[in-house]
Amino acid sequence: MKILVCISHVPDTTSKINFADNNTAFDTAGVQFVINPYDEFGLTRALWIKEKQGGTVTVANVGTNVTDPTLRKALAIGADDAIRIDAEPTDAFFVAKQIAALVEENGYDLVICGQESIDYNGGQVPGLVAALLNWPFASPCTGLELDGTNATITREIDGGKEISKATLPIVIGGKKGLVEEKDLRIPNMRGIMTARTKPLLVRPAVDAEKRTTAVEYSKPEPKAAVKLIDKDNVEELVKLLHEEAKVI
Amino acid sequence: MATDLFQSPDYYQLDELLSEEHLLVREATRDWVKKEVTPIIEDYAQRAEFPKHIVNGLAEVGAFGPYIPQEYGGAGLDQISYGLMMQEIERGDSGVRSTCSVQSSLVMYPIYKYGNEEQRKKYLPKLASGEFLGCFGLTEPDHGSNPGGMITNFKDKGDHYLLNGAKMWISNAPFADIAVVWAKDETGRIHGLIVERGMEGFTTPETHNKWSLRASATGELVFDNVKVPKENLLPNKSGLGAPLGCLDSARFGIAWGAIGAAMDCYDTALRYAKERIQFEKPIASFQLQQKKLAEMITEITKAQLLTWRLGVLRNEDKATSAQISMAKRNNVDMALKIAREARQMLGGMGISGEYSIMRHMMNLESVVTYEGTHDIHLLITGMDVTGIPAFK
Repeated sequence: MKILVCISHVPDTTSKINFADNNTAFDTAGVQFVINPYDEFGLTRALWIKEKQGGTVTVANVGTNVTDPTLRKALAIGADDAIRIDAEPTDAFFVAKQIAALVEENGYDLVICGQESIDYNGGQVPGLVAALLNWPFASPCTGLELDGTNATITREIDGGKEISKATLPIVIGGKKGLVEEKDLRIPNMRGIMTARTKPLLVRPAVDAEKRTTAVEYSKPEPKAAVKLIDKDNVEELVKLLHEEAKVI
Repeated sequence: MATDLFQSPDYYQLDELLSEEHLLVREATRDWVKKEVTPIIEDYAQRAEFPKHIVNGLAEVGAFGPYIPQEYGGAGLDQISYGLMMQEIERGDSGVRSTCSVQSSLVMYPIYKYGNEEQRKKYLPKLASGEFLGCFGLTEPDHGSNPGGMITNFKDKGDHYLLNGAKMWISNAPFADIAVVWAKDETGRIHGLIVERGMEGFTTPETHNKWSLRASATGELVFDNVKVPKENLLPNKSGLGAPLGCLDSARFGIAWGAIGAAMDCYDTALRYAKERIQFEKPIASFQLQQKKLAEMITEITKAQLLTWRLGVLRNEDKATSAQISMAKRNNVDMALKIAREARQMLGGMGISGEYSIMRHMMNLESVVTYEGTHDIHLLITGMDVTGIPAFK
């Protein structure tokens, strides 16, 4: 079983978000980066599969060398090897082309992505990878069981669950439920030392056009101060809801 | 306790002096502390109980002997990594850090440095995995700052040594499986002996009613005609320098650990000061509060620089005992003062178990005393610069 887990390098959820270059780029100054949480659930699931039925877990990222610490952490957690496709991840199509090319070359049985990355929240890469490979695809997955080459996939849908079956190879977009938060692994010191000698291969990107361009970013309006109105002054409340909040 | 929101300050961009691996070690240890220590520690400290169940977790994350080579069960990390781990663990609690310091620097270190290959193979993997918990016996009821005056002794009885005496203020003693004990031979020379629980005449009564390190077990080691097998003597170093070498390693870890406690107090006080409203504005807007916070971050930053440099020297095997003394003394004193100031900033809330500050403050009263008191370390620096010992 050869498993590829795609790892996005994203700002920690507690980071303060700012924009640079006239609001056309994310300002990375002072920001801590982590493994995309959705990917971390997938990585842990992949390690469970490996531990139960054997195989290898490879982690991959499309990015410049700033993402190496994130891949190294995945190695410290337990992945066998890492591959970084050395390019700016300009848009979802570009990234998906890189991942698909890697899969075609190395022949994985299972590709696990997060349902989306928590930075730009595009959620397109896993589906695009599946389309480019012409493989079955399911997202967002909260469960994955394997029996030989038969996969049973659980997906959350409105008001319930959907159970579907597919034959490997497949691509999934995963989330919490593949494993729970308590199952996520903290690298231990021996893992960190072992990660030193695990391969982190850097390979050039394949040709792929960028199909979308972000024109501008903006932050949500800051929350306004709360206005307290005397409980007897209903008229004032109605007036403000009508004229200021414009909800009635 | 409220959610652990801790973020470490880095006022001088000192992270740039650390390697990618150092940052991963720190992050992993911090994540572990947030998951396993913060949620339970206040309760255990209040009940004055050692959280025995975290021994396995400490072993799993690699907090026992991180710098001991992998062939003996350690991780083979460098000294800065060890320091960063102690910083993060003491950020959680000085008592938990004490357990790690004792296991790593006072039990595994002497067995690795002064033991023979059989002793290393017999004990180190079990100490690294947490199967064995160890303790270190140097201080005696009548010999604290003057360990060379110890009266614990052993006599050569042909096929074994006969050990007699008592040790006091021993971290981990009540639960320890083995003790590295320092005792004088018949010529008065100090040697290290590995004493195992279960040896006849060896008991470890617990020390109760502490107001400090309440989540760490402290006790005595009593030796009443204990027969110690001859193969349990550490053969490769003797004299007072042997235990002092262990203390160098432990004090180095404490110098880092104290920064963790200080950071936690500062981080808590800063967050509280920005949220606590008095006179219609956050108390952080008042000059007296800003003075406290500004002095705290200044002292933390200075201590970080001191320990980082000490870590580089120690990695190069160039750090002197006196340099380590200076860092231990400076940083623990710094942390204790910050804990007291931070406690005041939180007003009445500062004395409650809702916040970690008072626990740190009480813990640090031990840390400023053990492993060489605050005053003795000053005299070590005094001796180092003048060449004249003032304590003899």
